[in-house]
Formats: sequence, C-alpha cells, structure tokens
Amino acid sequence: MTTLTAALPELRARVSPRETLRQILLMTGRALQKMRRNPEQFFDVTLQPLLFTPMFGYIFGGAVAGGVSKYLPLLIPGILVQTALTSCMATGVTLREDMEKGVFDRFKSLPMSRVAPLAGPAVADTVRYAIATTLTILVGLAMGYRPGGGVVGVVAAGLLVVVTAWSLSWVFTFLGTMMKSAQGLQGISMMVLFPLTFLSNAYVPASTLPDWLQAFVKVNPVSHVVSALRSLANHGTVNSEVGWALLACAIVVAVFVPLAVRGYRRQL
Amino acid sequence: MTDLAVEAQGLVKKFGELRAVDGIDLQVHAGEVYGVLGPNGAGKTTTLSMLATLLRIDAGSARIFGVDVHHEPHKVRQLIGLTGQYASVDEKLTARENLVLFARIHGQRKQQARETAADLLERFGLTDAGDRLLEKFSGGMRRRLDLAASLISSPPLIFLDEPTTGLDPRTRGQMWDTIRDLVRQGSTILLTTQYLDEADQLADRIAVIDHGRKVAEGTSGELKASVGRSTLAVRLADPADMDAAARAVATVLGRPASRTPEAARLTVPLERADDAAEALIALRRSGISVQEVKVEEPTLDEVFLALTGSPASDEPDHASTGPAASGQLDEMEISR
Repeated sequence: MTTLTAALPELRARVSPRETLRQILLMTGRALQKMRRNPEQFFDVTLQPLLFTPMFGYIFGGAVAGGVSKYLPLLIPGILVQTALTSCMATGVTLREDMEKGVFDRFKSLPMSRVAPLAGPAVADTVRYAIATTLTILVGLAMGYRPGGGVVGVVAAGLLVVVTAWSLSWVFTFLGTMMKSAQGLQGISMMVLFPLTFLSNAYVPASTLPDWLQAFVKVNPVSHVVSALRSLANHGTVNSEVGWALLACAIVVAVFVPLAVRGYRRQL
Repeated sequence: MTDLAVEAQGLVKKFGELRAVDGIDLQVHAGEVYGVLGPNGAGKTTTLSMLATLLRIDAGSARIFGVDVHHEPHKVRQLIGLTGQYASVDEKLTARENLVLFARIHGQRKQQARETAADLLERFGLTDAGDRLLEKFSGGMRRRLDLAASLISSPPLIFLDEPTTGLDPRTRGQMWDTIRDLVRQGSTILLTTQYLDEADQLADRIAVIDHGRKVAEGTSGELKASVGRSTLAVRLADPADMDAAARAVATVLGRPASRTPEAARLTVPLERADDAAEALIALRRSGISVQEVKVEEPTLDEVFLALTGSPASDEPDHASTGPAASGQLDEMEISR
C-alpha cells in the first residue's frame, strides 16, 4: 500500500441514525432561515384563512345550516383541513423549486443522509401549518364560533391538523421528486386536492348527498379527518375517527417517506 | 493497492436515445491535475456527475481511490469535493451561513464550523462580503465561495466543473491562482473546461472528449504539437491570388495550407517560428500582396479539427469521425 492511500480518511459505510437526526435539524434550520427572509411564504397560510373562512361561512351558512353561527361548527374543521392540504401542497412545490437550484447538487455530493434535505423543509413547514390553523380558528371565533370542546379540544384539533398536514406533505414531497417542474407539480396537486376536499363532508353534511357520492365521501380520508376534528373541537371527545385519522397519517408517512427518498436517489 | 485517484472504465450515460457519455476511460493519478477538455455538450459535466455520485452510471465502472462509485457512493462522497458549473451554494443565505451549514453537515460542531467558515472566507478573500446574501455576489465571488465550500472537509480529490466559464479575464486569472494554490498543497484535481488555454495553464494531462468519447489524451504540449505550435494566417490583397499563394506556401513548407476563400484567408500550421518568415518570403517572391498577417495560437477548434477531422460544434457523425479519431489517438500514444 502506498503512503498516499494510507493517508486517506477512515471511511464510514453509512450515516448513523444520530447523524441523520442532526442533519434533519440542520436542514430544518436552513428552511426556517429562508422562510424568515422570504415572507412571501407566509402569504398563503395567512390570507387563505382570512379570506376563505368568512367567504364560505357567509355564502353557505344560511343555505346549509340555516345560519352562520350554526354552520361554523361544521365549517371550521372543514376549512382547517382544506387550508392544511393546500399549504402542504406548497411544501412540495417549494421543494421542487429548491431542487432545481445548484445547492442540491452539493447536498447530493456530500456524505449526508438522503432523507435530511427532504425532511428539513417538511419539519420547518409545520410552522406554516400552525399559523394557518391558528388564524382559521381565530377568524371562526370572531365570527361567532363557540366550540364545545373548550380550549383543550380546540388545541387537540389544531395539533391533529398540523400532524395531518405534515404527513400529507410527504405525498407532495414524493411528487416533487418525481415531477420535472414546479408548475407541473402544482397542476397535478390541484387536480388531486379539489376533488378530495369538495367530495368530502368538509362543507356539507354527507347525508345531503346522492347515494353514490356518499359512498365515496365515506371512504375519503379527508372526511375521517374532518369528523375527527369536529368530535375534538365541538365535543371534546376522542372517538374512533381520531384513531382512524392518526392511523391514516402513519400509513401515509410509512409509505411516502421511503418513496420520496427513493425518488430523490433516482434523480441521481 | 492503487495510487489512482480516479479509475473509470467504459463509462456510459444514456439520456433516452442520446449516449451523452459513450464509453469513456479515465485514469487520474493521485496528486495530478487532470483536465477534461471538450466543447459544450461533449459529455464533460455528465462524466463528472457520474464520478461525483450525482448521476447513475449506466454502464462501465468507476473507482475513486479504489472505492467503487456505484456500490459505495457514501464512502466516495467522503473523498471528494465538488464545485459545480452552476455554483452549488444557497442563493438565499449569506456566504458565511452557507459555509457554516456545509461544515456542520460534515459533522463539525457549531463553534468549529464558525471557525472553518471564517478561515475559508479569509483564504478566499471573501471576509468583507461574508455576511451578504449570495444574490448580491458577482459570478467570480460565487465561484470562489463554491470552491471554498468544496474544501471544508479537505477532500483528497476535487472536481471542478468549468471553473471559469462566464468569468471576466481578471477574475479568471484569480481563479487560476487559487487552483494552483490547491495543487501546491497536494490536492488531486479533475477539472473540465472548454478552453485549451485553461487546460494548458492548469492541467498536467488532458483528455479531449467529443460526442461522449475520448478522442485524445496527453500533455498540452503533445496536443498542441498535433496541430502545430501556432498558425500563420494571412489575408490576401487580391482573392484571385489564392491558388498561387497556397501553392507557394505549400512548396516552401512542405505542408498544405488551408484556405478560407470567402475571406481571402490562408492559414498554415507553424512548426518553428522561422516557418513564418519562409512563408512570407515565398509570397513576396511570387508577387502576391498581403493585406494582413497574424500568428495565432492553436484554438480548441483547431485541436478538434486535427483530432476528429470535424469542427467541434458539428453534429454527431460517428461514421466519419470514429476511425479518424482512433487513428489520431494511436498516433499520439506512439508519440508519447
């Protein structure tokens, strides 16, 4: 063996779990730093609750529930889920744009965990989901929403929304690693999101729908999350819907994190 | 064991139908500066990306200091530093934040990472600009920062992808000085470039690639010798003299001259400086008047013409360039 090869550093075969966690936190820090510098990233999560909650409330309130204040317990959990879904779509789009920049070449060439560059933005974006959730609830309260679940129930509902959004953001992160452009991703995401949120019990009671549509609404995971939120926020009770919602989130994470990492590797 | 920093055999990368890299062999010795020279689209960046684990290798194999790139990419990543063609740094962060982030990814603690960043900023003359956002950096500063970021872990092998493309001449000179410093410290460097003079200035050995294939390899002296050290170019006062002028020059130098009739221009490779005088005297004796005389250093295009028989920018035409290229390669191997 020559002296030169002997002088090479000792090479590690893989990234340890501890290193992975550390790198995820580093990448989260980077994403938060960029968020602070680019307040535009807060526009959607700020404006959407401020705009959509009154809009849906005053337009549909009378027709669906015979009054705005009677409609709010139905509507607020629906709006919460819809806002969460659109803001986690933005997570995927932002990541896609970021990946087109040169810095991702460096991340790929560094001896670092493959999941960290994806997980960092996902973790950082929980800040955005929390903002959207808080604003929606505040606007609801201002419009006369009086949740029966009290503070604990509402906070629990808020946490469930953030967890759901974080889990679903992995679907869009995965799509982000597969699609060629941010615009394409945005287009596809809208096509998935609109039917998912509107063909659910988010805005109207499922019982008012035709049978064939009810069948879909019942299996739509969005409906389960909305039902879980209603039970937490309006009644302060943890029912089986909460369990289903959490299970669905766990399944989404278990499936899409590996898929996203594989997609990221395959770009190589 | 091996003292080869890079050992690639039959590398292939396909993008759909296009074979962007079509069977390239490379051997880079530890401690040397190796230049990969070729026009845009020749497959330089693709080759580098495969060696740097950014792109999957479709066929063939590559080892970095004996570690297989395909099977153990994580180990390879601990041995290399990559400076990309489009600066691989984060535009939305400051220079210092970039370096601290990369240092921490490499496992340094916060304080240590800060010191590393400060040292590198100092060394690359970026201390004053360290806390500015990269968006406000000039192209040259961005490249320097990018190079600095590649050196954080003191990797034994550094890839530089077109380090000076798009830089003004002064910044380019600074970048060259920086690269020379790295060489003095014993780094092995694999760089790509489209400029013959850059390869000439920096590289110990050069591979010329075209259409995804290596068409020649050697020192810059050997490459230039294949097209003559420099070229005499004359513009004739009267384009009608072209034939006579070409005959006169060919007779006295014993080599054919190439013509560009539309510009009334005649060029001939020079083996010695005296050849220029001989050619001009021959023209005067034949009574041919000359409007302009220039001695030109060989350009990449001329190296290509000589090596492949087709201009560098031509469309793929393997049927005709293939044999010519391998013939030239043999000649060069013999000449070494």
